[in-house]
Amino acid sequence: MPTETKKTKRRTRTEETIRQFRKNRSGMAGLILLLIVVFMCLAAPLFAPHDPSAGNLPQRLKPGIWSDDTPDDGVYLLGTDSQGRDLFSRILYGGRITLGVGFVALSIALAIGLVLGLSAGYFGGFIDNVIMRFVDIMFAFPALLLALVIAGTLGRGIDKAMIAIGITYSPQMVRVVRSGVLMIKEMEFIEAQHAIGSGHIRILLRHVMPNSLAPIIVYGTLMLATAILDAAALGFLGVGAQVPSPEWGLTLSASRQYLLTGAWWAATFPGIAILISVISLNLLGDGLRDALDPRLKGGAKL
Amino acid sequence: MKPLVEVENLKKYFEHKGGLFRETEYLKAVDDVSFEIKKGETFGLVGESGCGKSTCGKTILKLHQPTAGSIRYDGVDISGFTRKQMLPYRRKMTIIYQDPFGSLDPRMTVGDIISEPMEVHKLYGREERENKVMEITEYVGLTAEQVSRYPHEFSGGQRQRIGIARSLALDPEFIVADEPVSALDVSIQAQIINLLYDLQKELDLTYLFIAHDLAVVKHICERIAVMYLGKVVEIADKKELFRNPMHPYTKALMSSVPIPNPHRRTEQIILTGDVPSPVNPPPGCHFHNRCPSAMERCSVEEPELVEVEKDHFVSCHLY
Repeated sequence: MPTETKKTKRRTRTEETIRQFRKNRSGMAGLILLLIVVFMCLAAPLFAPHDPSAGNLPQRLKPGIWSDDTPDDGVYLLGTDSQGRDLFSRILYGGRITLGVGFVALSIALAIGLVLGLSAGYFGGFIDNVIMRFVDIMFAFPALLLALVIAGTLGRGIDKAMIAIGITYSPQMVRVVRSGVLMIKEMEFIEAQHAIGSGHIRILLRHVMPNSLAPIIVYGTLMLATAILDAAALGFLGVGAQVPSPEWGLTLSASRQYLLTGAWWAATFPGIAILISVISLNLLGDGLRDALDPRLKGGAKL
Repeated sequence: MKPLVEVENLKKYFEHKGGLFRETEYLKAVDDVSFEIKKGETFGLVGESGCGKSTCGKTILKLHQPTAGSIRYDGVDISGFTRKQMLPYRRKMTIIYQDPFGSLDPRMTVGDIISEPMEVHKLYGREERENKVMEITEYVGLTAEQVSRYPHEFSGGQRQRIGIARSLALDPEFIVADEPVSALDVSIQAQIINLLYDLQKELDLTYLFIAHDLAVVKHICERIAVMYLGKVVEIADKKELFRNPMHPYTKALMSSVPIPNPHRRTEQIILTGDVPSPVNPPPGCHFHNRCPSAMERCSVEEPELVEVEKDHFVSCHLY
């Protein structure tokens, strides 16, 4: 019996947040959509009907299943691109790259943001000034331009694009982390830690960080969406992924010249793939923000 | 009895930067305060909100770096000690907070909150710590089952018990109780006060009890210091202070305590005006512009804290 009463009564913050999130329809839709996209990209070999890099020039720029003029050597769901490669297979494989770039770039931004944001917010004073003025300088550049410059300096390639986007996004993350820390560090339970004699590292990692995580999670989700967008943009501009990579932005850029010649699908579907990923992440981020904000919670329970 | 804590000319000024071209102002939260707390006693510190009593308590614990003056604990001046040097003293002196909602980390279970001080000081093994947590929780009146819960599942009074349990984890000698009951319902206040009282008897604790409620102070304290605008205006034995308040401010405070007897009305002294800003306290005696018996001298010369009767110190030109 006692174990049962425990279960019904105990509800941690995390459980409460999950409960709130599940009530949020658009947030759940975003999560499910994102999971589908991620799963299909990760399990691309299972779903892809063709080799994404096997060209077939005679079958180039053929429409997909909506038309009768399809190639005869199998199903081409979304048609073929300028080299006669199956667009659907390329989108699935390209997702691994584009989403991967987004995740890695976000991780870089998160790592930099946490280290600099935590130290700026917690220690304040001189350290805060140095870090934040540097961040202000970074902010003076338009985000994509900065990414372009960094990627251009580092050289071509998808790995450099990740680093470039990660660095470009880190100032925003620093600010988000810092503002959360500034609020938490004035709380009495942090002062109580000083009274106990806890060290700075312990206070930062065990008390300040876990309590300022909510805005970071929300912002990270939304940032992931823009990172994917920027990864595609860099690919589109030619500094990110290089041919023959199936990366979405690159595919979009390579196919755009055929838009007016009638082969609209070659550029449209990679664009839709980007759109779906970004929308799902935005929905997820908004849902998380609502779930994590105690003021939006139903009922008076705090 | 030997004093455990001796505070001498303690000052804590907060800088109040006015911007690039404005002069830096100082908020004198604690301005030249001296008193002694004897071993095993409960020393009350009373005064209205904003008079600096909490700051004073926290400065003694070095949660604020004192601007000037000395704090001697057991004969050792700790006022200039660094974080590292303070560590052994963190085990001996601790604090109970006023706000039972803000002073507990919402992401930790009660058990983690209570065992953390022992972890920080690397005391006992894991198992012993668990046992100690259980022992303390029972001590303060929480059940073993509640140890794995989170602070937001508790009521104010229970949370205050958790806060008290945390402060007992290191077997302290001296506890600053910073208005430990003013955020609680009256019925719960009595429980917490009695708990503090019992703990003191059993564990031989010394309290610095900060409060603005004289009834509470009267119940638990042995000696009382009255603070006004960063200064101690009167220190005396509880009985003496309530029987014979000397400073006009203390008199006004005393007269504000309601007497639960409708036939025995006393004259209430109602103070006019607001408490002046501690950034620009009035010259001379800080109280002179609200004092019913102010003299010319009061606005010029600052009174010293003098022993008017045995163990009764007052800072007023009347005496």
